[in-house]
Amino acid sequence: MSTLEVRHLVKDFRVRDGLRRGTLRAVDDVSFTLAAGRTVAVVGESGSGKSTVARMIAQLETPTAGEILLDGEPIGRRGRALARYRNQVQMVFQDPFASLNPYHPVSYHLERPLRIHGVARGKEVTPAVHRLLRSVELDPPEVFAAKRPHEMSGGQRQRIAIARALAPGARFLVADEPVSMLDVSIRLGVLSLLARLQREENLGVLYITHDLATARHFSDEIVVMLRGDVVEQGPSDQVILDPQHDYTKTLLAAAPDPSRHGRLRDEVRAELAAQAS
Amino acid sequence: MSGTTTAPGPLSSAAHAAHVARLTPVLTARDVSIEYEVDPPVRAVRDVSLTLHRGEILGLAGESGCGKSTLAYGLDRLIRPPAVMTSGQVTFHDADGTETDVVALDGDALRAFRWDKVSMVFQGAMNSLNPVISVRAQLEDVLTTHRPHLTKQRRRERCAELLQLVGVDPGRLDAFAHELSGGMRQRVMIAMAMALDPQVMIMDEPTTALDVVVQREILRQIMRLRETFGFAVVFITHDLPLLLEIADRIAVMRAGEIVELDTAEQLYAEPQHEYTQQLLSSFPSLLGEFSYDEERR
Repeated sequence: MSTLEVRHLVKDFRVRDGLRRGTLRAVDDVSFTLAAGRTVAVVGESGSGKSTVARMIAQLETPTAGEILLDGEPIGRRGRALARYRNQVQMVFQDPFASLNPYHPVSYHLERPLRIHGVARGKEVTPAVHRLLRSVELDPPEVFAAKRPHEMSGGQRQRIAIARALAPGARFLVADEPVSMLDVSIRLGVLSLLARLQREENLGVLYITHDLATARHFSDEIVVMLRGDVVEQGPSDQVILDPQHDYTKTLLAAAPDPSRHGRLRDEVRAELAAQAS
Repeated sequence: MSGTTTAPGPLSSAAHAAHVARLTPVLTARDVSIEYEVDPPVRAVRDVSLTLHRGEILGLAGESGCGKSTLAYGLDRLIRPPAVMTSGQVTFHDADGTETDVVALDGDALRAFRWDKVSMVFQGAMNSLNPVISVRAQLEDVLTTHRPHLTKQRRRERCAELLQLVGVDPGRLDAFAHELSGGMRQRVMIAMAMALDPQVMIMDEPTTALDVVVQREILRQIMRLRETFGFAVVFITHDLPLLLEIADRIAVMRAGEIVELDTAEQLYAEPQHEYTQQLLSSFPSLLGEFSYDEERR
């Protein structure tokens, strides 16, 4: 079975504060394994290093230390080896309003990866584009292929971004907050598309998010990060229903839950009443 | 989304009517329509009637483009061309018994009304604070404009007091916006909105850009201040679970109309409008079971 593994990943950034220079350890010793057909969620607040992990896996950043292994082999960092890696591991970015070129139609966004990665050529390209569009549930494909990004909703654009990531034949998707920019009523649609692709195409998905509820329901394993460290990791239900680390508990307590309506109001009233007496 | 033609008014329950009957109105909007005069014109708010009661937190929930911010800005006369209020009345019922026709206010009267009676916490604290003057200068600006009789000494005290109220060390008064964290900036914005003891505060996604833990602390602070000072809040957000935790009543907006208006308890327990149900089902419960039903899309 195909796996993507990170071992003891570390990332230092150089920072400058006035005349002082220093390093900031954004990611400190992160390890986990993503297997085909599985979803791993990395959760944490801003600055926790979760996006840096994603960017290192997508090779948009070079790790300071540690390794990334694809099917047990250390990955190539340049030339053909890098191209091979990129065939397998692709990224879906947070903002579908920024990640698609407004000048080009959808077909351009999907044809390019197909050609560059040698997946299709000549007459095969258009049917391949249509197949991709159907796989992300944009039907009829001829209509969507001709559209430009501004003619589509955020959810449709994010589906294009997913199709583009799949185009090279990727077996692993790194999705960095893929739904946080979308309207709430279409978020689950996009997430369930990822879940379906994961199931049907045996895709490995790394889901970077700050939303604990979708992390729990859409992934098999959760990695909780705090200031670059992994504070807890394990099967999703276990992490959410039986958290061990204080930080996980804090995060869970802070997450709004519709079934606990009026909670905050009642807590505050009780607090004030206690203070008054 | 299909075009809606007639507005039968929002769905509400009997429990809601009973709840509202016990309250006193502080701000009433009647048949408010706001249009963006672009080509073609966009009717962002369509004949909306809404009553905000003294001391309550009224949630305004909806997705981007539904008109929730436009409506809230309309209540405070903050809309600018190309947006125009084409019809409607907004009345402010002051605690001292005077009634103010907000739509008729102009010039000095409007300036005196805004912030003093109805203040606002804007969405991006990042962009709402002036980056080149200190927090103190911005807080004092509110006081010198609206309370010119205050002595310098008293003004300084009030600024320190305000920061304390929102949980920021008064030592930070001389800081600039970029020296503060996102959460602190938002707290400063709340302090500024509270400077004149307003009876109504309109909060437009005040915590959306913040991390959940910080978000929670700020919400807690807002709730505490509301209990202490008794101002009413219009809380605008797309985050329905959050609203369910803090709001007394919730109005659900879609395409410029309020489709459902009810107490938070009732809205959660028995949502009547299809769209409310859809919104509620967009947030899987953290601790409960969940399975996404593909047929429902």
